[in-house]
Amino acid sequence: MHLSAEVSDGRLTLRLHGDWRASELPAIRAELDRVSLEGVREVAVDAAGAPRIDLSGAWLLREYLDAAAGGARRVAFVGVPPAQLALIDRTREEATAAPPAPAAGDGVESPVVAVGRAVVSQSRGMRDGLDFLGRVTVQAARAFGSARRLRITSVARYVYDTGITAIPIVSLIAFLISVIIAYMSAQQLLNFGAEVYVVDLVTIGVLRELGVLLTAIIVAGRSGSAFAAEIGAMKLNEEVDALNATGVEPIEVLVLPRVLGLMIALPLLTIIADGVGLAGGALLCKWLLDMPIIQYFARVDDAISATTFWAGLVKAPVFAILIATAGTYRGLQVRGSSRELGRLTTVAVVQAIFLVILADALFAVLFMEIDF
Amino acid sequence: MRPMVEVRGIVNRFGAQVVHDGLDMVAYEGEVFGIVGGSGSGKSVLLRTILGLQRPQAGEVMLEGRNITHLSWNELRAAKAGYGVTFQQGALYTSLTVLQNIQLPMLEHLSLPPDALDALARLKLAIVGLPANAAEKYPSQLSGGMVKRAALARSLALDPRLLFLDEPTSGLDPISAAAFDALVMALQKDLALTVVMITHDLDTIFRTCNRVGVIVDRRMVSGPLAEIVDHPHPWIREYFHGERALRFGARHGA
Repeated sequence: MHLSAEVSDGRLTLRLHGDWRASELPAIRAELDRVSLEGVREVAVDAAGAPRIDLSGAWLLREYLDAAAGGARRVAFVGVPPAQLALIDRTREEATAAPPAPAAGDGVESPVVAVGRAVVSQSRGMRDGLDFLGRVTVQAARAFGSARRLRITSVARYVYDTGITAIPIVSLIAFLISVIIAYMSAQQLLNFGAEVYVVDLVTIGVLRELGVLLTAIIVAGRSGSAFAAEIGAMKLNEEVDALNATGVEPIEVLVLPRVLGLMIALPLLTIIADGVGLAGGALLCKWLLDMPIIQYFARVDDAISATTFWAGLVKAPVFAILIATAGTYRGLQVRGSSRELGRLTTVAVVQAIFLVILADALFAVLFMEIDF
Repeated sequence: MRPMVEVRGIVNRFGAQVVHDGLDMVAYEGEVFGIVGGSGSGKSVLLRTILGLQRPQAGEVMLEGRNITHLSWNELRAAKAGYGVTFQQGALYTSLTVLQNIQLPMLEHLSLPPDALDALARLKLAIVGLPANAAEKYPSQLSGGMVKRAALARSLALDPRLLFLDEPTSGLDPISAAAFDALVMALQKDLALTVVMITHDLDTIFRTCNRVGVIVDRRMVSGPLAEIVDHPHPWIREYFHGERALRFGARHGA
């Protein structure tokens, strides 16, 4: 119980006791609701029962008394009102002068407006992306003029972070994928007695497409997100502003080493993936088709042309640029909140993977046209 | 006077580095207790230990007479609802509005109807002197002084009787700092708070603190401000009477 009510001669006396604390608010409210104000002309509040009242309790009392006073009733205190109440009243006086909060904009937007907005924001986004790519290119051209600006140690660090440390996972994925291709195709080709072509499928598939594509997707997930998150956290911490204010171009120190590092690391990873992929194919052919390893590699030699390996590898630096710029660009866009950091890191990875696959499709068409 | 915070024989070690070695501290009900110490003297570690964010290697921490050093997760959670803290950089949740920042502790610890939740959070906002339109803003849209006030409003969300402030006036201009000190003093009086603050600001110490504890040589020397000012320890002498502090001495007559 938090109060006792007593009505006599149109005068309601509320005696407060117990805990008038935030945790008790629902209970106190229910008790207040049970007190009838029927025929009451005067409310007297008696806090002499030493209630342990906090700001939330005082707020509830004030709300109740305001509502009670609404019916032209007099409200008075027996003894000294709680100090917390005085604070609320003082704050209220100051606050009444403040203008009301502006109403939120009307929610529903016509579809035409929505489409228009989307088009404008998309084209703006595309322009900003191109603008960023241009800046990176200009900085790169400038940096290649002097060794100090190229920041070799920094580049080496990113080769290590994005390349060396990715070797185990890239190898594992390449191995498993080539095993899957060999296994699936062997089942079909055995029907025609053409199982030797399993080797062609694995070799060409891995060297031309899958080796580089899967490596790029793994790296986009590992390093594209890392780039966006690292730079985004630096943005939130005003480190990027600090660099800028020191006269250091953020693109030169933050973006360029990452782009260059990944351009070195991704081709190397691709070579490893190619090698492991071929090895995986060899193992499966030996187990599944009883094909001697020597015969497997002789067949590999027949299957590929001079350009097969290069047709895959040449894509790697291009993918590296796409992944690194998507990651760093989104990182630099982070502003204000940790939620933005998460959102833009996600955007960076999704966009990097999308761009990699799009570029791969364009390469496929191009290579077919020029017969590479 | 009832002790609200009592620290007995705290030992904190990180590897070979001993930060606290048998540190004692008491803050009594209704006072403003200032914690002072050089950089790296372990003020923040002490605060983290008191808050139960870090378990000391030895010693005990009592909050409102309750030992919190060996509580279960649930008991510690309940104890944490009993105090309010503001962190040095404000530590507002950047993805929530100011109003949501204040409501988060209430949602976690109380079961309030939505209208009460809203009105109480706005009341907290008003008593720290923030304008009503700050409620819908995100922390990144606030000035440094407003962040401090919003953090104070959030620390008062659960109507604690015990308030910890970590460098409340750092990064504020002297006029804003004075206004913030006045606000803390007013709230301390109206809400009957016990305030424990870490501060470097001599102005703030002289304006607000009843008693001061100085961390020197891995222990705390504490007492009424007037006594501590005349303490013979070289660091304390330098702090209160060094060249830097002379103008304060003249101004405050200490």
